[in-house]
Amino acid sequence: MSRTRVLVVAGLLLTPGAAASAEPPPGAASCSGCHPVGANANTPVPRLLGRGAGELTAAMEAFKSGQKPSTVMGRIAKGFTAPEIAAIAEWYAAQH
Amino acid sequence: MLAAMGATAAGLPLPALAQGTGRVLVLGGGFAGATVARTVKAAEPRLKVSLVEPNPTFTACPMSNLVIGGWRELSAQQFGYERIRASDIEVAFATATAVDADARRVKLDSGATLAYDRLVVAPGVEINWQGLPGYDEAAAEIMPHAWKAGAQTLLLRRQLEAMEDGGLVVISVPANPFRCPPGPYERASLIANYLKARKPKSKVIILDAKDAFSKQRLFQEAWRQLYPEHLEWVALSNGGKVTSVEPGQLRLTTEFQEYRAAVANVIPPQRAGRLAELAGVADQTGWCPIDPVTFESRRVPYVHVVGDATIAGGMPKSAFSANAQAKVCAAAIVRLLAGEAPARPKLINTCYSLVAPDYGISVAGVYEPVNGVLSEVAGAGGVSPAAAPRAERAAEAAYAEGWFNTITAEVFG
Repeated sequence: MSRTRVLVVAGLLLTPGAAASAEPPPGAASCSGCHPVGANANTPVPRLLGRGAGELTAAMEAFKSGQKPSTVMGRIAKGFTAPEIAAIAEWYAAQH
Repeated sequence: MLAAMGATAAGLPLPALAQGTGRVLVLGGGFAGATVARTVKAAEPRLKVSLVEPNPTFTACPMSNLVIGGWRELSAQQFGYERIRASDIEVAFATATAVDADARRVKLDSGATLAYDRLVVAPGVEINWQGLPGYDEAAAEIMPHAWKAGAQTLLLRRQLEAMEDGGLVVISVPANPFRCPPGPYERASLIANYLKARKPKSKVIILDAKDAFSKQRLFQEAWRQLYPEHLEWVALSNGGKVTSVEPGQLRLTTEFQEYRAAVANVIPPQRAGRLAELAGVADQTGWCPIDPVTFESRRVPYVHVVGDATIAGGMPKSAFSANAQAKVCAAAIVRLLAGEAPARPKLINTCYSLVAPDYGISVAGVYEPVNGVLSEVAGAGGVSPAAAPRAERAAEAAYAEGWFNTITAEVFG
């Protein structure tokens, strides 16, 4: 994720500090409820950390369109816009 | 400093603290509170984070309906705080006895006083002992609620195991809102499954104070297939609302008739846990209004509320919601303590229910703040499809268990 991300607040540009730059984009923090971030969780649900942004974006878009069959992911993907999906995918791709 | 100028321009108070300093105090170590503590610490290790929780062992409610039917042991629901403590979070096994929101201090029963810059109250729910005539703490030892996992869960399991074949199990369900909206129907399903296999002359009756419930079509479809002889649902409009109980007689009285149970599971009305009242964050409904961007209380500044205790718009009172809210709250606290404006969040909820140990169904939703309320994003979310193949139900049952393993590993592992 870009460290130069900018926010517009009340007409002023402000640069978030170091702590906020690693902050997940909207929606991304919820994913780890099901998708494991540690090494030790026993689950059939795949990990997202370190996967390619292109791969994650394509999967989310395919869930959203219904092209890729799913149980819950189609219902969840429909709640996110293309830019939101791209931001989440880039953030997960950048995590180690 | 640009950030400080921005915060001022946005109408926020100037940050009193240098970036990265400050003290976050969390009261309540369940899915919500423990997640806030860990997320704040991971995002900004320079913050001092403390977690106060009376019980050194956390007993998780999700999946505990499997314990009642004998498929799972209570120990699989239990987690300690060692890993949380090891991640540089101060953990105190104590009870908060006073919150001074003006001085920003919390007093504990240990005698200690803890100061905070941001307080997080994550109290879960407590039973409203005035909510159902006849149902008090003594009654709960005879008619268990089992709505807080632990000894109550095991009591209900022992009662079912000891019941004669042919005995009637009655589950009483309150009006909304309450913890885990589909939970009573999952419990009834799994009890029916147990009865069908082990006590086939018995049945379970749900006496409901509502006419509609979470995942209703899916539950009822499955009940017709799996438990036509073993489960009956009595809706509010058919006289389902329990108006009083007599524990000595194992009697539940509705507006229309009396039921004598062999085993009575009374899920009583609830409200935000005791800490909410202590901190002054609950309103006249018994629940806690919050700002959906920061989860800061609408009633008390510098105090945030997360999890089941909140009035969270469309989000249900689930462990998944609590965990998702906690991460949003933690990110907002880190920003606020750095003098930055909090980011507009988006949250997900996913809830699985088991209709049988190998038959799972789910509801999912995506939420965002709209006009100060967490609202469900239109066109997204919803429940599992009706009439799905059994393999899909089996897959959702496996996802349910995977979800439990993942979330508990994230929060306590």
